[in-house]
Amino acid sequence: MIATESLSKRFPRVTALDRLSLDIGPGVTGLVGANGAGKSTLIKILLGLSPATEGTAAVLGLDVATRGGAIREQVGYMPEHDALPPDVSATEFVVHMARMSGLPPTAARERTADTLRHVGLYEERYRPIGGYSTGMKQRVKLAQALVHDPKLVLLDEPTNGLDPAGRDEMLGLIRRVYTDFGISVLVTSHLLGELERTCDHVVVIDGGTLLRSSSTSDFTQTTTTLAVEVTDSDTHPDGTRALREALTAAGAKLHARVEDGLPGAGHILLVEATGEQTYDLVRDTVADLGVGLVRMEQRRHHIAEVFRTDEHAQAGTDAADEAREPVAAAQHAAQHAAQHPVQQAAQQKGDGRDGI
Amino acid sequence: MASDLTTPPGTTDPTRIHNIGYRSYDGPRLGRAYARRSLFSQSLRGAYGLGRSAKSKVLPMILFAVMCLVAAIIVAVAVAGPGMTDLPVKYTRYAIVMQAVIGLYLASQAPQSVSRDLRFKTVPLYFSRPIERVDYVLAKYAAMASALFILTATPLVILYAGALLAEFDFADQTKAFAQGLVSVALLSVLFAGLGLVMAALTPRRGFGVAAVIAVLTISYGAVSTVQVIAWDQGSTGAVEWLGLFSPLTLIDGVQTAFLGATSAFPGGEGPSAGSGVVYLLAVLALIAGSYAVLMRRYRKAGL
Repeated sequence: MIATESLSKRFPRVTALDRLSLDIGPGVTGLVGANGAGKSTLIKILLGLSPATEGTAAVLGLDVATRGGAIREQVGYMPEHDALPPDVSATEFVVHMARMSGLPPTAARERTADTLRHVGLYEERYRPIGGYSTGMKQRVKLAQALVHDPKLVLLDEPTNGLDPAGRDEMLGLIRRVYTDFGISVLVTSHLLGELERTCDHVVVIDGGTLLRSSSTSDFTQTTTTLAVEVTDSDTHPDGTRALREALTAAGAKLHARVEDGLPGAGHILLVEATGEQTYDLVRDTVADLGVGLVRMEQRRHHIAEVFRTDEHAQAGTDAADEAREPVAAAQHAAQHAAQHPVQQAAQQKGDGRDGI
Repeated sequence: MASDLTTPPGTTDPTRIHNIGYRSYDGPRLGRAYARRSLFSQSLRGAYGLGRSAKSKVLPMILFAVMCLVAAIIVAVAVAGPGMTDLPVKYTRYAIVMQAVIGLYLASQAPQSVSRDLRFKTVPLYFSRPIERVDYVLAKYAAMASALFILTATPLVILYAGALLAEFDFADQTKAFAQGLVSVALLSVLFAGLGLVMAALTPRRGFGVAAVIAVLTISYGAVSTVQVIAWDQGSTGAVEWLGLFSPLTLIDGVQTAFLGATSAFPGGEGPSAGSGVVYLLAVLALIAGSYAVLMRRYRKAGL
C-alpha cells in the first residue's frame, strides 16, 4: 500500500523526516509518534502535496512525486483539525466533497447517503454542521474521507478531542473501515494503547526516523504490569498491605518498586500479570478481603519497554511517553473490567483518567 | 461503468428491509477537470445563496433585484416617453451609475466564497483531492467573475429588450449593447480579482467585507474629488490620468477609449485611444496581479 525508501524532508530549521524507509501492507496500520515526530509531514508527502527532500515514496504503487493527482483520487484523508463549514448540512458538504473527488452527481448523492449511514449519522445529517457534537463532526470528517470509496484512507488523529465512549466508537468504526468496507487504513495517534486495539500493525516514528515497525500481536504478548489500588476497611485498616500479603501468599509476583507522582502513589501495588488468571486472582483476593477496588490498570512505563529489542530508544522519548502510557493502560483495564462486573470501580477510575 | 450492482434490491416489494452492508463504488471517476467544474458551479451558485441557507440568499437576491428593477424603470421611461430615440441611460453607463450596488454585492459575496474555506480550514480537504492549487484559484476566480457578470449583464439585457420594444434603431442598439457587454465583462473580471484578493487576505469575513467596500468607494471617491478639483483648475490632462487610480474609473477609461462610451469624468474628459491603451494595460496588469496574489496566498494553505 505504502512504500517509502530513505525518505527525508528537511526544512530550513528542522529535519522532519530522516531517511525513513517503510513498507506498509493492506490492513489497519497505526503510525505512532509524539507531536512533531513527523507524522503529518509524512501524510503530506504521501498525498503528493509536499515534495520530499530526498528519497522516494509510492502509494498504491504510484510515485508521489509524479502521480499525486492519481493517488489523491484513490486515497481519502481525514485531517486532524476542524475542517467543516458550520452553515451547511453534512449531506450537502459530503456530496460536494464526493464531487470534488470526481464522482458524478448521482453517484455522489448515493455514496453520501450510504457513507453517512455507515459512520452512524442518520436524521441529523440534514441539519447544519455547526450544531453537531465533536463526535458527530469527527464522523462527518471520516465520511468525507470515505465517500469516494478509496483504496486507502489516511486518518490524522481521528480520536482527538473525543470522550472515552466516543473514542471507543471511533476506534470500532476505524476497525470496520477495513474489515467491512475493505479499505486499508493508516491511522496516526500519539496514544500507543488505542492503536494496539485497532491496528494489525504499528509503526513507531520519532524525530523523523523509524523506531520500530511490527505487527500488533508481537508486543501485546509482552508481560505487563498491573497496577492495583484498594481502599482500607474496618477489618483491614491497611488494605494495601493486606492485599500485598494475600497476593504474595497466593503466589503472585509483586514488584518491589513504588510509583511516584501519580494519584494514589504509595497505595499502588504493582503485580506482574502472567495472563488472564492474574486478573482473576486479584479480583478474587480483593473480594475475599472485603476491601474496595479503586483501580486495576495495565502499566507500561516506556515505549522502550514495549520495544525492548530496540536499543536506540532515546531518553528523550521516554519522558514524553511516561505521561501517556497510563492512559493506554487504563483503556486495557477498562476493557478487561467490562468483563468482570466486580471491577466496575476500576473501570470508572480508568475512564476518569482518560480525558486528554 | 460496471454492471448495475448498486440498484437497491426489492424494488418490487417495498415492504422488505434489506441490510445491504457496505457497497463499494466502481463507477467512473471523472477526475480533475470535472472536480474543477464542480467547484466552479458550487461557488457560482453559492454567490447567489443557492445551496446555502435561506438567510444567505436574501442579500444577493435583493441586490440582483435592484439591478434589474432600475433597468426596468429605465425601459418603462424609454417606452412610455414621447419622442424618445435612445435609452435615457447608455449600456456602458449603467454599471457606473449602479456602482454602489455592485460594490455591496462584491463585498458580501467575495468573502463568503473564499474566507469561509480559509477560516474553517476546508481548504486542505480540497487539496487532498485530485485538484491542484491552480484549479482551486481558477474555479473560485471564474465563479466570482461569472456571478458579477450575471449581476451586471442581466440589466443590460433588460435594457436591450426594452430598446427593441421601443423600436429604437436596431443596428445602433445592438452595437451599443455588445460594447456594454464587453465593458461589464471586463469590469466583472477586474472586480472579482480585487474582491477575492482582499477577501483571501482577511480570513475574518467582517474585515473582508469592510476592506472591499473601503477600497472600492474610497478610491472612487478620492479619484472623482481630485478630478473635479483638477477640472476646476483647468488641468484637463490631469483629469485624464487621475482615472488610473481607482478600479471603476479604469473601466470608465477603457470603455471611453475603445467602447464608444461617454466618460463619466468631469467634463467628459476621458482618455483618448492613445492613453486608453495605458488604461487597458493597467486593467490587465491588475487582473494578472490578482491571480498571482491568489496563487501565492494558497501556496501555504494546503494541509
